[in-house]
Amino acid sequence: MAVTLKPQVITEVFTDPMVPVPYRVRRVRRETADTFTFEYEALDGRRFPFAPGQFNMLYLFGVGEVPISISGDPAHPELLVHTIRAVGTVTKPLCQAKPGDIIGVRGPFGSSWPVREAAGNDIVIVAGGVGLAPLRPAIYYILNHRGEYGRVVLLYGARTPGDMLYKKELAEWRGRFDLQVEVTVDAARPDEWQGNVGVVTTLIPRAHFDPHHVTALVCGPEIMMRFTILELQKRGLRDDQIYISMERNMKCAIALCGHCQYGPHFVCKDGPVFRFDRVKEIFGRREI
Amino acid sequence: MIGEQFLVERRDLQKLLDALQKKGYETVGPTIREGAIVYGPIASVEDLPIGWTDEQDGGRYRLKRREDSAVFGYVVGPHSWKRFLHPPVLSLWKARRNGKGFEVVPNNAEPPQYAFIGVRSCELHAIFIQDRVFTNGKFTDPHYQARRQKIFIVAVNCVQAGGTCFCVSMKTGPRATVGFDLALTEILEGQRHYFVAEVGTEKGAEILRSVPTKPAQPSDIQIAEDRVARAARQMGRHLDTTNIRELLYRNLEHPRWDEVATRCLNCANCTMVCPTCFCTTVEDVTDLTGTEAERVRKWDSCFTLDFSYVHGGSVRASARARYRQWLTHKLASWIDQFGTSGCVGCGRCITWCPVGIDITEEVRAIRQSEAAQLSERGG
Ligand SMILES: Cc1cc2nc3c(=O)[nH]c(=O)nc-3n(C[C@H](O)[C@H](O)[C@H](O)COP(=O)(O)OP(=O)(O)OC[C@H]3O[C@@H](n4cnc5c(N)ncnc54)[C@H](O)[C@@H]3O)c2cc1C
Ligand code: SF4
Ligand code: SF4
Ligand code: FES
Repeated sequence: MAVTLKPQVITEVFTDPMVPVPYRVRRVRRETADTFTFEYEALDGRRFPFAPGQFNMLYLFGVGEVPISISGDPAHPELLVHTIRAVGTVTKPLCQAKPGDIIGVRGPFGSSWPVREAAGNDIVIVAGGVGLAPLRPAIYYILNHRGEYGRVVLLYGARTPGDMLYKKELAEWRGRFDLQVEVTVDAARPDEWQGNVGVVTTLIPRAHFDPHHVTALVCGPEIMMRFTILELQKRGLRDDQIYISMERNMKCAIALCGHCQYGPHFVCKDGPVFRFDRVKEIFGRREI
Repeated sequence: MIGEQFLVERRDLQKLLDALQKKGYETVGPTIREGAIVYGPIASVEDLPIGWTDEQDGGRYRLKRREDSAVFGYVVGPHSWKRFLHPPVLSLWKARRNGKGFEVVPNNAEPPQYAFIGVRSCELHAIFIQDRVFTNGKFTDPHYQARRQKIFIVAVNCVQAGGTCFCVSMKTGPRATVGFDLALTEILEGQRHYFVAEVGTEKGAEILRSVPTKPAQPSDIQIAEDRVARAARQMGRHLDTTNIRELLYRNLEHPRWDEVATRCLNCANCTMVCPTCFCTTVEDVTDLTGTEAERVRKWDSCFTLDFSYVHGGSVRASARARYRQWLTHKLASWIDQFGTSGCVGCGRCITWCPVGIDITEEVRAIRQSEAAQLSERGG
């Protein structure tokens, strides 16, 4: 690589993107035993425009900061909504926050689901577990602009019925005639679940969409996304019709700390949402 | 005056430091500490490693007396200028509780105004690379930017290459061609000891006006050029960069990664000494009473397990994967990210590797095994 480098110093003054802004917890809803949905509002009343699929860095005073996707409705920028699973040092105390408590917020950061570009197409959304959270803003957007899309399918898999997010909303969506919603669980006792049993990929063969004119939005554990992509390819989708959302360790969210590198990509800046053909060379490869 | 060259006598070098200090610069440069040449405050020319040189090889570094009293008669040590532009530890902000909430006070402390004395060409290139990392993307690091804008750079052209240097392969040296305020080439000849000083900027011209100079004659300039050309012929190492990105991307599963993992200690030395590695982590801490919090940014390395930790485990759990990340980032994905290699051929990672792992050797092994396979297949 013979690149002639020149010193390139920008002389404008920038505000520091590493400084969190205080938000107050307005409402908490328990989704599952360890997952909660929070509504936050900015102390200074600022609105919060974001694109579906983007995420924030949430800071708990003195404890730490974690990347969490936005799960609210992009048509309501006055409310910031997050669905958080309590797994460790930061997310456990974050999930214990009560209305009135204050957290710090940076962002929104990252790329988004291609909801505008997909207008005119059918849409198939495949979510696994907490992966439904980053997809919910896309679902809201699509339902708010329902006339612009062809057939819309939501396929959702959870480990058990108790692990399902947004149960009330799912029931509402299932009642709509302009939306095909299929839900499955990996395992359940017959007395608690009469629905589908099996991994989410088993729903793909019977989803109604036109494989040549469909955009697929996929989010869940990497292994789930891998098998989902295989099933979608079997239905005839090209790699550039499929979008996935990646997760990596993140310390800055502004492409400066290096932690989220995924091959040539910075997940915080180039992702978390990637068009599959742009990462297919490294996707599924171990330890990249 | 930009582009013009002057002669500065050795005895007048102090006047250059004086002029910079008078202008308010903190002069930093090479100095001897604990058996190595490191970068630190330079009050006078006497603080520089006069009459010393360094011997370097894979996993080996030794200071040695020179037979002459050259001021810059060595190459680069374990420090790089990134420790001044991108400090190893930096407080980003402090926060104080008020009621249920908190107030954040960013660290807007005015950074020092540094004059770097003795920046080698490879190091200039490392600074240009970090400029791209920190100030040329969607987001800017205000701390880097604030420091970077103010520096004064006195470059030194290398007249002697180090045992692990390969700037010629990386096209980053040994002559400083751009990005400096002043560039010096040191000449010792018989009883004469002087510098050919090239003016790079108006700022540089202004400082040089406070130093006694004579215009350099074409013959002086020729001598300086010859010395630098000699250094270029002495490179301790070579790296073939032909299609290197494709070579490495093709070989993500090469057995050489397993082999190098058996030698690599995962000590992270290579990333700490590298002048372009930029990775950091943050630590959020509170005081004992829990009313004050602080976020501190620290250098980090892709050689640690925590670096890639996500709930359930580290993405790069094996030493093989971590070495592969380091090398492919430096030489391949860096090109995708920043339009340039992440390696300037300074040789630090080779010298300071406790077991002498050599980036040029690792690439050569992969390249040669591919070539061997091709010829076996008769291709
Ligand atoms: C773009 C993105 C969006 C996300 N969206 C959500 C969401 O909507 N809801 C949700 O519950 N979780 C989400 N996560 C995962 C969430 O960030 C982790 O669960 C969280 O960082 C765990 O932190 P901890 O301190 O509680 O856990 P610990 O296990 O104590 O983690 C220690 C440190 O490791 C890192 N880490 C651990 N797990 C992850 C992880 N999965 N991803 C990235 N870094 C990790 C963090 O730096 C963390 O501070 C998202 C992750 C990313 C990258
Ligand atoms: S990778 Fe090694 S040789 Fe290249 S710039 Fe970094 S320390 Fe120097
Ligand atoms: S080689 Fe490792 S430590 Fe250096 S910049 Fe790349 S990821 Fe960061
Ligand atoms: S999170 Fe720091 S570079 Fe992406």
